[in-house]
Amino acid sequence: MQLTLWTYEGPPHVGAMRVASAMRGVHYVLHAPQGDTYADLLFTMIERRDTRPPVTYTTFQARDLGGDTADLFKRSVRDAYERFKPEAMLVGASCTAELIQDDPGGLARACNLPVPVVAVELPAYQKKENWGAAETFYQLVRAFAGPHVPPPGTPRTAREPGDTSRRPRANLLGPTALGFRHRDDVREICALLGRLGVDVHVTAPLGASAADLARLGEADFNIVLYPEIAGQAAAWLERNFGQKAVRTVPIGVTATRNFIAEVAALAGVDAAPLLGEQTSRLPWYSRSVDANYLTGKRVFVFGDATHAIAAARVAADELGFAVVGLGTYSREFGRELRAAAALHGVEPLISDDYLDVEAAITAAQPDLVLGTQMERHIAKRLGVPCAVISAPVHVQDFPARHAPQMGFEGANVLFDTWVAPLMMGLEEHLLTMFREDFEFHPEAAASHLGATTQAAARSAENSRMDATPEGAGARALRWAPDAEKELGKIPFFVRGKARRNTESFAALQGLATITVETLYDAKAHFAR
Amino acid sequence: MTIAALLPEIPGCGAAPRIAASDAGRATVTTAEVTTAKVTTAKVTTERGQREVFCGLTGIVWLHRKMQDAFFLVVGSRTCAHLIQSAAGVMIFAEPRFATAIMEERDLAGLADMNDELDRVVTQLVARRPDIKLLFLVGSCPSEVIKLDLGRAAQRLSRRMMPDVRVLSYSGSGIETTFTEGEDACLASLVPELPAQAPDAAPSLLVAGALAEAVEDQFSKLFAGLGIARVAYLPPRRACNLPAVGPNTRVLLAQPFLAGTARALQERGAALLTAPFPLGAEGTTEWLRAAATAFGVNADRFETVTALPAQRARQAVARTGARLAGKKIFFFPDSQLELPLARFAAREMGMQIEEIGTPYLHRQHLAPELALLGDDVRIVEGQDVDRQLDRCRAARPDLTVCGLGLANPLEAEGLATKWSIELLFTPIQGYEQASDLAGLFARPLARRELLKV
Ligand code: SF4
Repeated sequence: MQLTLWTYEGPPHVGAMRVASAMRGVHYVLHAPQGDTYADLLFTMIERRDTRPPVTYTTFQARDLGGDTADLFKRSVRDAYERFKPEAMLVGASCTAELIQDDPGGLARACNLPVPVVAVELPAYQKKENWGAAETFYQLVRAFAGPHVPPPGTPRTAREPGDTSRRPRANLLGPTALGFRHRDDVREICALLGRLGVDVHVTAPLGASAADLARLGEADFNIVLYPEIAGQAAAWLERNFGQKAVRTVPIGVTATRNFIAEVAALAGVDAAPLLGEQTSRLPWYSRSVDANYLTGKRVFVFGDATHAIAAARVAADELGFAVVGLGTYSREFGRELRAAAALHGVEPLISDDYLDVEAAITAAQPDLVLGTQMERHIAKRLGVPCAVISAPVHVQDFPARHAPQMGFEGANVLFDTWVAPLMMGLEEHLLTMFREDFEFHPEAAASHLGATTQAAARSAENSRMDATPEGAGARALRWAPDAEKELGKIPFFVRGKARRNTESFAALQGLATITVETLYDAKAHFAR
Repeated sequence: MTIAALLPEIPGCGAAPRIAASDAGRATVTTAEVTTAKVTTAKVTTERGQREVFCGLTGIVWLHRKMQDAFFLVVGSRTCAHLIQSAAGVMIFAEPRFATAIMEERDLAGLADMNDELDRVVTQLVARRPDIKLLFLVGSCPSEVIKLDLGRAAQRLSRRMMPDVRVLSYSGSGIETTFTEGEDACLASLVPELPAQAPDAAPSLLVAGALAEAVEDQFSKLFAGLGIARVAYLPPRRACNLPAVGPNTRVLLAQPFLAGTARALQERGAALLTAPFPLGAEGTTEWLRAAATAFGVNADRFETVTALPAQRARQAVARTGARLAGKKIFFFPDSQLELPLARFAAREMGMQIEEIGTPYLHRQHLAPELALLGDDVRIVEGQDVDRQLDRCRAARPDLTVCGLGLANPLEAEGLATKWSIELLFTPIQGYEQASDLAGLFARPLARRELLKV
């Protein structure tokens, strides 16, 4: 039993819904009680989809449990088929139906529908949303591409480099409904591939039909955009069709360039023209003098593994930030995240416990948080700027404009959205210059953080500090009132750092009380 | 429907909850003090099929705001946690006063283990939150199906943690409760805990059903004006301030979905007043009148106290709701507030009712509403969402009141909608809120007139 306040991922059947809703002509019959229909609102409200998700719920009640829930399930399957006439049926159980052990797959097959039925078993008490999406996609790919697998030993008829009869073609795998910027990433990557001279054969699951899945094996290779969702299906396609997979996730300028080179190598096309173009503004913006102030900004990164690892890399290598924390809620990708954390020299945080994440962020005292909507709330309480880089999604993560995370345009978007919450460089200089001005009193916050956040953040900081054992340790150091006052004169955006440095200096010196002298000794100490 | 009434006989659906969610059969109304209502013959059809309604866990979203020293621990699955989180919409609170103990594979191996696990989680929770005075263990479908006896667990934990923390239990599971029935189950679980009134206590009024504080304050003032001095509310703002109950308590339901709570209060000897619900000027007046009659307030005094605010409410509704006269409205089942809302829409805004869907119809508690609605309205109890959508599309109502899963798809088909959940989260009861209520209905249409894209 796990005590949970907020969850980063829904149950696995929500992952299946994300796949079914992304596709065309697939209908999902879910054995579930009425309350589980809440999941519809994720699609209609958060993603603002204009149709209901293609899902029928059996909505069995307590009284049905004594009777025949299996019969109810069969009735639902038949009715759903009659009404929606899908090309393929997906069937499964939610957490409650898993316990009553009807067999959705067997029951649906017994209905003898004239369309293929794919049963997905998603263990609701072990697995979560992304796993559910991956498993569902994998099962669908197997079901529809499976019949086209060449007999073992058949040599793969690869497209010859320089073959002019057709362009090389790739499948784009992984985008789903309710995905973080999947819609925009797909458009961006399709455009990039077009400029390379590579055709997109099938994009799946987003926009694909069952018939499209059947054609997956015809592509020359696969591109795994979201490993959390498409990794397993791509591995199966590789084993059965001999299709290689591009697994570099094109987030950030360098990764995008590597991605292009990798695609070009597999496609047998020349990447040089595209790589020779000045395609993203990020490198120049990052080198421009105004970006100097970004140097060493402490950034805490948390999200799904793919986005978190990519964000940490971009933050460090392309923006010159210092990564002070890196974590993910995707336990399945713990190994990858640990490797990335080692690269940045930080402790990996692999947890889906919101309170752990909050404690880690509070302790790290970052200047910027790159996280999910949950971290956005943590950051707001701490008065720290935040940009969202990953699901779980919120209605704000479906902006009206084109705002990809991937490709060169994606890199531009990252620059803008991560830098905007920080203060402009010039603004920071002016603040330092005028800090004695009455308008820059110690309580003044940056205008874009709102008038009240500073005080709130300070009280949040205090209460949190007092509540945690580490905080108690830090508070054993007493700040003399005049030192506290002096600290208040330091602009808020460096105050946290000053407090942290002074306290660690004082601890180093074995001091119990921090005076104004200590403050300036510490400043000198760290100025070296 | 009466799901819960059938529970004890049903194998495989867990410990019979002490709260029967919607048991019409056993509810008895003390006729002596009932506002007499003409019994109507409105055609009520029952429909069975896919329901598109939240489960009772959703009530936690507003109940935890209402009772500020109570904590709600759902014992359930990741789905349950995700439902509350999604229904709450945004995640604003650092540590909300609700959480889910998510059952995992290894918990399902054996029951003894499960109780130990629950104790461990509760201990962990209480250590984190010393401010908790009342802890609700909230049952879910999974906990009911595996017969986890939360009632016993609550007693065990209560014994261990009293007097610091009182532990109660109720079920918000989707196999037994729809949406607002979670509040009913929660309040019903509080009733046995209410202190007993002295047998010779002066008559007092108990208003049952969560209301916004501003609304409570307005009602308190009106009751004071009527000379009804002893008024208490259930749930109280602080769970440690439970109102007393006894044979001299008169209960006025502020919400139509409190079947179990009403019955539990009657079992404590309280007398139930039946009235229309306090939505709109008319509903509010009749609701207050039920109390006035029970407390022997004379007609002149009642007139003096209510005439002015009722007049103000009528005028405000007329202004706000002007564009709604003659417009067609269609209600999908959601909160059980559908009947009183439809009565308000029809009688105070002149709307034409196409269909009133309701997840459950408590015929006694809603008799006054049925009487006001008249005979020729279509009421559908239960749901088959696809067939209901067919009817809705065919009727082409000017306004459709429906849940969040249906609203945008219907808008995309050209139908104006109002999310029903907003009618639950917004204060709509009483005179001063009548025009806000009208505004909730009017805004979708006003917006359509404004938009030129
Ligand atoms: S319907 Fe049942 S399983 Fe689903 S969220 Fe509600 S209580 Fe949990």
